[in-house]
Amino acid sequence: MKAALILLLVSASNVPYARAEWQLNMRRGVTDISHSIFDLHMLIFWVCVAIAVVVFGVMFWSIFHHRKSRGAKAHNFHENTLVEIIWTLAPFAILIAMAIPATATLVKMYDPSDADLDIQVTGYQWKWRYQYLGQEVDFFSNTITPSEQINNQAPKSEHYLLEVDNPLVIPAGKKIRFLITSVDVIHSWWVPDFAVKKDAIPGFINESWTNVPEPGIYRGQCTELCGKNHGFMPIVVDVRTPADYELWLAQMKNRKAEEQSSAQQSMSMEALMEKGEAVYISSCAACHQLNGEGIPNVFPALNGSLIATGDISQHIDLVLNGKTGTAMQAFREQLSAVDLAAVITYERNAWNNNTGDKVEPAAIDELKMAAKQ
Amino acid sequence: MMNTMTKVSHTEHHGPASGLGRWFFTTNHKDIGTLYLWFSFTMFLIGGCMALMIRAELFQPGLQLIQPEFFNQMTTMHGLIMVFGAVMPAFVGLANWMLPIMVGAPDMALPRMNNWSFWILPFAFAMMLSTFFMDGGAPNFGWTFYAPLSTTYAPPSVTYFIFAVHMMGISSIMGAINIIATILNMRAPGMTMMKLPLFVWTWLITAFLLIAVMPVLAGVVTMMLTDIHFGTSFFNAAGGGDPVLFQHVFWFFGHPEVYIMILPAFGIVSEIIPTFARKRLFGYSSMVYATSSIAFLSFIVWVHHMFTVGLPLMGELFFMYATMLIAVPTGVKVFNWVATMFRGSMTFETPMLFAIAFVVLFTIGGLSGLMLAIAPADFQYHDTYFVVAHFHYVLVPGAVFAIMAGVYYWLPKWTGHYYPETLGKVHFWCSFIGVNLTFFPMHFIGLAGMPRRVPDYALQFADFNMVASIGAFIFGFSQLIFLVVVIKTIRGGSPATAEVWDEPHGLEWTIPSPAPYHTFSTPPEVK
Repeated sequence: MKAALILLLVSASNVPYARAEWQLNMRRGVTDISHSIFDLHMLIFWVCVAIAVVVFGVMFWSIFHHRKSRGAKAHNFHENTLVEIIWTLAPFAILIAMAIPATATLVKMYDPSDADLDIQVTGYQWKWRYQYLGQEVDFFSNTITPSEQINNQAPKSEHYLLEVDNPLVIPAGKKIRFLITSVDVIHSWWVPDFAVKKDAIPGFINESWTNVPEPGIYRGQCTELCGKNHGFMPIVVDVRTPADYELWLAQMKNRKAEEQSSAQQSMSMEALMEKGEAVYISSCAACHQLNGEGIPNVFPALNGSLIATGDISQHIDLVLNGKTGTAMQAFREQLSAVDLAAVITYERNAWNNNTGDKVEPAAIDELKMAAKQ
Repeated sequence: MMNTMTKVSHTEHHGPASGLGRWFFTTNHKDIGTLYLWFSFTMFLIGGCMALMIRAELFQPGLQLIQPEFFNQMTTMHGLIMVFGAVMPAFVGLANWMLPIMVGAPDMALPRMNNWSFWILPFAFAMMLSTFFMDGGAPNFGWTFYAPLSTTYAPPSVTYFIFAVHMMGISSIMGAINIIATILNMRAPGMTMMKLPLFVWTWLITAFLLIAVMPVLAGVVTMMLTDIHFGTSFFNAAGGGDPVLFQHVFWFFGHPEVYIMILPAFGIVSEIIPTFARKRLFGYSSMVYATSSIAFLSFIVWVHHMFTVGLPLMGELFFMYATMLIAVPTGVKVFNWVATMFRGSMTFETPMLFAIAFVVLFTIGGLSGLMLAIAPADFQYHDTYFVVAHFHYVLVPGAVFAIMAGVYYWLPKWTGHYYPETLGKVHFWCSFIGVNLTFFPMHFIGLAGMPRRVPDYALQFADFNMVASIGAFIFGFSQLIFLVVVIKTIRGGSPATAEVWDEPHGLEWTIPSPAPYHTFSTPPEVK
């Protein structure tokens, strides 16, 4: 046991931390709401400290002075109605004093009216989808911490586990309303610096809002246990000046048009396989594993499976539409036609699946379009 | 009447049956109490090993020892085993041993049912633990098993989990009925309700809570079962169901459940502090009323576990105010304990040390609970390690320390020997240091923003996680000292007097040590 502890200590001291801190308190955050919550938190904290000092003070004073070894004799009193009434009513008064600012803050938090921008936030196992309502901007946000870092084969980067491919971009100084929901299990969308935390529940749309005064990058995580990769579902919000935000919005719209045109072009097998591997790693490997073997009786293997080596249209159908009642999601909306074609091609030719099948982006695009009508 | 009397005095001469059969077929409350206590200690060690597995993985960032899917099984099973396997059976064990003696009854009111309610448990937990060897692994959805993670997305072993929960529920309900029947019907002449020792009072109230909420738990797992196997959609949004309904039903059970795990602890501490302060308990009747108010309030605060699920403002406000109210009766209890110590003549044997640590550390857990009750602040605390710190403070140095205090307090009565005092104190100080080193830093990492139930974490949480893991190993391994103390005391030690301590109050100190196999076959007269 001792040896194991020493071993752990030694191995721990060899890991260089990029940003180890002894942070004690809550983050004050950057929004009005987060500031009032922080003040509320400090208020209750000091009230609790005061109560503790009084109660423990009397107790330790008695422990020190009224001990038998110091010759203390027990005084046999065991009731005092006045004292008992006082120590029932005094806490009651303190509670009322605490409830007033708490109520005021809560009322402020529950006012999502007059928002400048509505964003639908949807939880998926284990990624977030952001849809800018009325803007035709819609994308997924995946973790990008490589598995080498998680498995200690590479040094951990500064924002280990708190980094994503596509951050949520919002304008500073505008009221943003979030409409939060989920397609599978319950998740919870939390950005500590905004003091926004709301559960993402399938079948429900929850409301929350924020107004961030300063541009910056803010990080958070999913806070409701949502399965295997619950710890690997970060949130990154990139707050930009309104002008920069407009620029970004235009870029996003351009990118969408480009994606649509590239879906019409034929791709070589090598290009598909290369792209497919990258898509597989970010979207499929969490369950089906890098080696395509899955996890026995939890997530099926793809290597040598009937789907990945059998009828190609069944394979495409499964990836696009998912399988209800299982963890297999519908990727139709999540991935572009090129990505879908690439990943299906990859799955049919990686490992021992040497089918030689190639899926063209145009074919997938056609299916995507057909489903929309 | 005369006939019954002669029959009773006849059986008094019988000792326990010999061999293993004694333990399988016993209807003796002391034997069954012993069985419950050993069972609970075994579960405590098993659940503790899972906790150490979790802490070892969280010792530093990155995945070192176990993979996320197994990590989730560990957190789930650790919680379930500690709640249903360790803490609850330990209190039932203490109740079995002490309640009949404390009220001056010869045994529990329903001795055969008593045997049954214990012997269901090993089978329930064998079934629950067997899920580790099943396809897809053990339950991995947290001890709160929120749907639809625990229904549509659950491993196949969830069905065994449901059956095991049903069995535990049946066992608890039978135990509770037995306790109520014993306390209400079998008190010695003169033992009026307001003369009952507080341990008896708190257990009476706990038993009513159990009867009220265990059927709710049975209901919610049955709804899960029909969702999984019979095509219903209670919790399935796609079928018109409501995943939030699950949380309401679960926490309607779950909140009283946490008081089920703490009220008997209040009782134990209220027995121990007066004995070692050599002074009557301050405010006996206010203790009874405070316990009853806490029990009542426990039914109207369940939504404070769900402040972030998206409730209407009025709902949040109601449950925030109701939750804050609990601080009042809880405060009364703490003040009463302090007033009992005030101007007493205190000594600090191991049971007293555990009881004082209980008062201090439970109060810290209570104060962090008050912070969590403030709904707007809870948006920052919810589902972080701050919550983990809070409920471990009330359950480990709260409930578990009270159980240990009770064991040290009554062990001389059970075995007829004093336990080794120095070793007991070593156990206390190791546990005390270990527990604080483990759970205090969790407040900090929670406030800094680390979510609970994650197998890996961002780098800024590394330092305090390492401290917590070291503390956990100290606490875990100190419990082996406890095992040594108990075994040594059973085997020998200086013989205990009938009174055991300096002028303690209560019927248990009027019978010889060790307590004879049958006690109070003739009821004592209580003045």
